[in-house]
Amino acid sequence: MSKDDSNIENKTDVIVVGGGPAGISAAVTVARSGKKVILIERGKFAGSKNVFGGAIYTKPTKEIFPDFEKTAPLERKNIEHKYALLGEEDSTVISYRQKDEDAESYTVIRSKFDRWMAKEAMKEGVIVVEETVVRELILDENRVVGIKTELEDYYSDIVILADGVNSLLSEQIGLKKEIKPEDVALSVKEVFKIPEEKINERFNINDDEGCIYQLFGGPMLGMLGLGFIYTNENSVSIGLGITLNELIERKINPYDLLEDLKSHPTIAPLIKDGELLEYSAHLIPEAGYKKLPELYAAGVMVAGDAGMLVNNIHWEGTNLAMISGKLAGETAIIALSKKDFSEKTLSRYQEALKKSFIMKDLYTYREVLDVLHKKSKDFLGYYPQKINGFFKIFTSVDCIPKRDKYREFIKSIFTDRKIPVLFSDFGNIIKLIGSVLK
Amino acid sequence: MNIEEKLYTVKYFPDNCSHLKPDDEKCKECESKICNVICPANVYEWNEDEQKMIVRYENCLECGACRITCEKKCLEWEFPRGTKGVMFKQG
Repeated sequence: MSKDDSNIENKTDVIVVGGGPAGISAAVTVARSGKKVILIERGKFAGSKNVFGGAIYTKPTKEIFPDFEKTAPLERKNIEHKYALLGEEDSTVISYRQKDEDAESYTVIRSKFDRWMAKEAMKEGVIVVEETVVRELILDENRVVGIKTELEDYYSDIVILADGVNSLLSEQIGLKKEIKPEDVALSVKEVFKIPEEKINERFNINDDEGCIYQLFGGPMLGMLGLGFIYTNENSVSIGLGITLNELIERKINPYDLLEDLKSHPTIAPLIKDGELLEYSAHLIPEAGYKKLPELYAAGVMVAGDAGMLVNNIHWEGTNLAMISGKLAGETAIIALSKKDFSEKTLSRYQEALKKSFIMKDLYTYREVLDVLHKKSKDFLGYYPQKINGFFKIFTSVDCIPKRDKYREFIKSIFTDRKIPVLFSDFGNIIKLIGSVLK
Repeated sequence: MNIEEKLYTVKYFPDNCSHLKPDDEKCKECESKICNVICPANVYEWNEDEQKMIVRYENCLECGACRITCEKKCLEWEFPRGTKGVMFKQG
């Protein structure tokens, strides 16, 4: 391709690969500046290949679609977060409930919500091409200048990759190295149809109000994995995600764990008599700050899951996707105005990410995943069980003097775990707190 | 509920050829055959008699776990064609 490419057919200003939150946010940002942008989605429609827990977050979504609450297909506004430590049979639940006005997230169904976002983006000038898989990036002297689909080649000044966790395209050009099993979690989810009134009763909420459960332990005791429950209008989503290397080491399948989770005495009543609407699976990036891929090169930027931009500690993904997409879109606008698509110009994207909450939050938790990987048996196994054990003795009424029971409990910690191990646990906690604050 | 019943709830547009291509020669040497274990859609099954991997690609949920876990790195993995594959309604 020649340098003067203005006469090439199939040439546009920006091509965005992937019609999820990152891609749509990038595309609509570019379109709003009056530049030409094509968004390519491999599914039948935006959202049809996407799976998440899940919730979208009000403030970040407003940055992309300020009035989304008026017309977007939203399920319930999440007013309550519950953190449940599951033992084998028992559980301890901590709950935080807030006023409806203060709640900051909504549950959505991706096939409806992403599709709505794509339609909004079309209204603002984004050309959306569905049912099209981008197979390869076209390079000209190390600069990305276009894409190859199954049918045609398209050219653009900039390509934004928002092609999800399995971003084959960022691997093709070496931005992302081969993903390792410890860098992703495999998640399975089931959605159960349950009447609205029953959901309200079971979760102690009103119409349009939602409740999120984050589940630790249970069948995942000792594993780097977590479960979740989200309430939709007429359905409940339940699932779990386990780091792939845990599944490999233990030779287990996540759907077996999900079956166990669903039958846990704390969980089973919540989904009782529900009709399974859909089973799904998806990978969640879990690399963390230290293993982030390169997010830009000449002619190309990477946003959302494709860039492994997920905050696992807070279960945030869609917000990082939307804002990284927006920042990539803004960088594209600057590059287009300068007619400079070099790596140096696009490095502004990395700078913008660093100034935003995205890189700051990922940096905050840079050590946490490492420690959890190494100490999952302790921090996600032993201690959650011990907390349940404490509440068991605290609530039991059995004619044994309380002091004897407390002594027995404290003694058990020192017989379960040797003193150096306890010191090491304590040291890890101090190290974690230190790293988060530093 | 078993996996077949779960998969029955998923809407697919199956292609007539597989987007997942393991190399049977290398699979033969693979001890763990971990894809048989971790695939959330039970796509892979090693046929000992025929010494080949049965690939029920039409059940694939397109998660990508097999690609990352494949020990022998002998799995050619690509997205199904644009009009094909899984279509999630409740994702």
